[in-house]
Amino acid sequence: METLNAFVLLANFVLVPGITYGCQLALGALGVTLIYSILRFSNFAHGEAMSFGTMAVILFTWALQSWGVSLGPLPTALLAIPVGIAASIFLLLATDKVVYRFHRSVKASPVILMIASLGVMFFYNGLIRFIISPKDRNFTDGERFIITAREFKTMTGLEQGMSIKMTQGITVIITMICVALLFWFLNKTRTGKSMRAYSDNENLALLSGINPDRVVMITWILVGALVTIAGTLYGLDKSYKPFTYLQLLLPIFAAAIVGGLGSPLGAIAGGFVIALSEVLVTFAYKRFFGYLIDGFKPDGLMQLLSTDYKFAVSFTVLVIVLLVRPTGIFKGQTL
Amino acid sequence: MAFLIGQNMTGGYGGADILHDCSIGVEKGEIAVVVGPNGAGKSTAMKAVFGMLDIREGQVLMDGEDITSLSPQDRVLKGMGFVPQNANVFTSMTVEENLEMGAFIRNDDYHDTMEQVFDLFPILREKRRQPAGELSGGQRQQVAVGRALMTQPKVLMLDEPTAGVSPIVMDELFDRIIEIAKTGIAILMVEQNAKQALNIADKGYVLVQGRNRYTDTGAALMADPDVRKAFLGG
Amino acid sequence: MIFKNRDVVLFGAMGLLFLAVGVFQSWNLSLAILNLGLISAIMALGVNIQWGYAGLLNVGVMGFAALGGLAAILVSAPPVQEAWVAGGGGVIFTLLVVVATIIAIIFAYNRTTGARRRWLITAIGVIGFFCARYFYGPATQAIEQVNPATSGYLGGAGMPIIFSWVVGGIFAAGAAWVVGKVALGLRSDYLAIATLGISEIIIAILKFEDWMTRGVKNVIGLPRPVPYEVNIQESVFFQELAATANIPLVEFSSIIVKLCYALLFGAVLLFILYLSEKALKSPWGRMMRAIRDNETAAEAMGKNVTGRHLQVFILGSAVIGVAGAMLTTIDGQFTPASYQPLRFTFLIWVMVIVGGSGNNRGAVLGGFLIWFAWVEAEPIGLWLIDTLTSGLGDDSSLRSHLMASAAHMRLMTMGLILLLVLRFAPKGLLPERAR
Repeated sequence: METLNAFVLLANFVLVPGITYGCQLALGALGVTLIYSILRFSNFAHGEAMSFGTMAVILFTWALQSWGVSLGPLPTALLAIPVGIAASIFLLLATDKVVYRFHRSVKASPVILMIASLGVMFFYNGLIRFIISPKDRNFTDGERFIITAREFKTMTGLEQGMSIKMTQGITVIITMICVALLFWFLNKTRTGKSMRAYSDNENLALLSGINPDRVVMITWILVGALVTIAGTLYGLDKSYKPFTYLQLLLPIFAAAIVGGLGSPLGAIAGGFVIALSEVLVTFAYKRFFGYLIDGFKPDGLMQLLSTDYKFAVSFTVLVIVLLVRPTGIFKGQTL
Repeated sequence: MAFLIGQNMTGGYGGADILHDCSIGVEKGEIAVVVGPNGAGKSTAMKAVFGMLDIREGQVLMDGEDITSLSPQDRVLKGMGFVPQNANVFTSMTVEENLEMGAFIRNDDYHDTMEQVFDLFPILREKRRQPAGELSGGQRQQVAVGRALMTQPKVLMLDEPTAGVSPIVMDELFDRIIEIAKTGIAILMVEQNAKQALNIADKGYVLVQGRNRYTDTGAALMADPDVRKAFLGG
Repeated sequence: MIFKNRDVVLFGAMGLLFLAVGVFQSWNLSLAILNLGLISAIMALGVNIQWGYAGLLNVGVMGFAALGGLAAILVSAPPVQEAWVAGGGGVIFTLLVVVATIIAIIFAYNRTTGARRRWLITAIGVIGFFCARYFYGPATQAIEQVNPATSGYLGGAGMPIIFSWVVGGIFAAGAAWVVGKVALGLRSDYLAIATLGISEIIIAILKFEDWMTRGVKNVIGLPRPVPYEVNIQESVFFQELAATANIPLVEFSSIIVKLCYALLFGAVLLFILYLSEKALKSPWGRMMRAIRDNETAAEAMGKNVTGRHLQVFILGSAVIGVAGAMLTTIDGQFTPASYQPLRFTFLIWVMVIVGGSGNNRGAVLGGFLIWFAWVEAEPIGLWLIDTLTSGLGDDSSLRSHLMASAAHMRLMTMGLILLLVLRFAPKGLLPERAR
């Protein structure tokens, strides 16, 4: 029984939040990896793009709420996601047209594109703060829990409760849908295959009559959808604050590189590796061992690293991967 | 007038000229082979015909039409197929997907063509679900040629198709190329293995320093003692 | 010689801007902008050494600057005796354990191979981590309990703060060595992301390791390298001088203090600029540019590209560290929460790109100009919006929203400037000279 309690504790505080966070990182890293494999640069404006998409969703959610629209137990924001996606796609395509396209046309090195993305990041950042201000926003409504700790306890008779938040459930389900759709698109449709071909061998793709402008456009459209969904899920689960999205850049990049930059499968794996190591390392194991070992009462929290250092975790994982296997878990490069 | 011809081409990659008044051409259903020593501008001549570099003088005609100013992509639409020497397959994609990408510009049903390619290269049918990057060198070349055939080109251009494959595979590949030519496709090919290539060639061009040195039928070039001594190793 | 003229004209124009602020706004403000402009220029020089000389993308400027700030505390703050008694030993012991672990790992790395190496290193790392944690926890807790309201940290060495400029450079160089060892020689993106990571971690450490930096409680009242206003106001000589110049004494004293800083900072800037120019013209600089322009060819010629890159990365970071220490010096306090990537890392990048990557003078000019724009953009933006929306009336919600958000306009402006320069004048205001 005690062992069971211990593992329920672990599931409640490590597994469920870790998987949720992993899904959010995976969606973010998928976007980074798509841009990398098609446009061949690391997009530093990615966190801000997520932030922008989320902002658009929030604004439309407020409008929906003021019209009295609601989804019952589900957060209203889900209804607003398509609008947010449209807004992000518009912004990304406009950015590509006025910024990146020129640098592509002169065959600028990836570093220049990277610096351009720094400028874009700056711009988005100001734009977002200008529109919605840097304040912390909570836009979650509807039912808070799928299952509360108390319900779980009465159901199982265990001493240790476990809760699953509505937003956590939604995150996992939507991520699964998105990933399935993305993989279906890349592997089964002609357009998706042409994207993979372009990322694999640009010259040969051109020889085969694949239109690079179209491939780039579709990439931004996919990225627009991914960033909006990833950002909204993160915002629903935690809260929306422009600054945190800037800080998400590091774990997202780490996830993409750990998995293998350019590999979608790797992005997903990387997302979970980063998220789970973050949660595992910053979890306080005191109660876990308390359940397992009778009368175990250590002084400290038995936490490997305080939560203040969660960035250090993604960085450390990144460093280890760079040292041991610079190409990432799945060998990156192509879609 | 040949079906495809690059006439009096002069030009290079922006720096000094590599080609000087160079002409190569090929008839439908025939195989034309461009040979010559290293640095003779063989691949450059081929790329010039395909529009991958700008020529300052001269012109490229296909079926009597002047296509000199067309981009390589547009030439593909006009019915030219090109197999580059290196990186000529999508390594991360399956054989079938490679062929599918070859047919990207086609809006009609291309499954018949794919069947024809599989008939031509039966090994590819077997390995259709394997990533092209996992195939052997010779099989990769077959994928590359197959990909170019998927557009149903009128002209197939091959840049050293037998580079880096074993002699047996090379003979096999040449047999297939002859088969392709028999279907009425014009084949223009740059080859390092001059002897074997001239053996199957209807027409041969020997280039030296970007200029035409000898031009004749394959058999005549093989018989020419000067050519034999200088370029075919006796 | 045409470039020389351009130098003079552009730097002259920059000087006029400072004069204009002095005349129309206040000399105090003008000098304040100038002082931070000098520091920005040094940071921009550091980034230019990395980017302009070698094409290395450092997205962690903030972290290296913050390390300079840490050096300012550790060098100049008065030591807290009680804290040392309470936990100094424990901290030193923790440090020793960490050093021993690292040495053991290096030893194991050199003596073993394959799977055995991996397991051995992991084991040593884990054991070292827990040993360090064992001593670290109680020691830092004891330190933080010593007068938490006023100290609660170990303090520094109590030496003149000016020494921290050198120490800050050394700290930043050390961090750069670690990052460079890991990420150089791989794809250029990796270095960018690794520097982004290390800078976040450095800030996290400075924020949360109260025993070392007091964390978000901030260290205030760091000693100055220049006289205090109060002392100047007491001096008869300055009182008379202020009277002659017809400037209120309080304002006059503040101007004098800022002038002293400007002289100090200017001297450092000129010194570093001189060294960088000298290095750029030396065979070493020629080789660096050769490597930047054609890495493959340089490698084929037997140049150790990764090694050279490591050198230049460390040098540039050290310069940033020096500037970081200077920044904390002029602030007189260390506030970890004030380190924002947009302000530190990305603004410096705008300076380098706008000024002219590869040209040290350009980086310096960019440092002044962009810092000037950054400071002045807010009042100008506010004024602009105020004027544009004046027709809307004071109770208009749009107007009040715009007024409240004017501060964010400058982020957009900076992004726009960077993008425009990159697009239309990629060489910047003062292009790199062909040599």
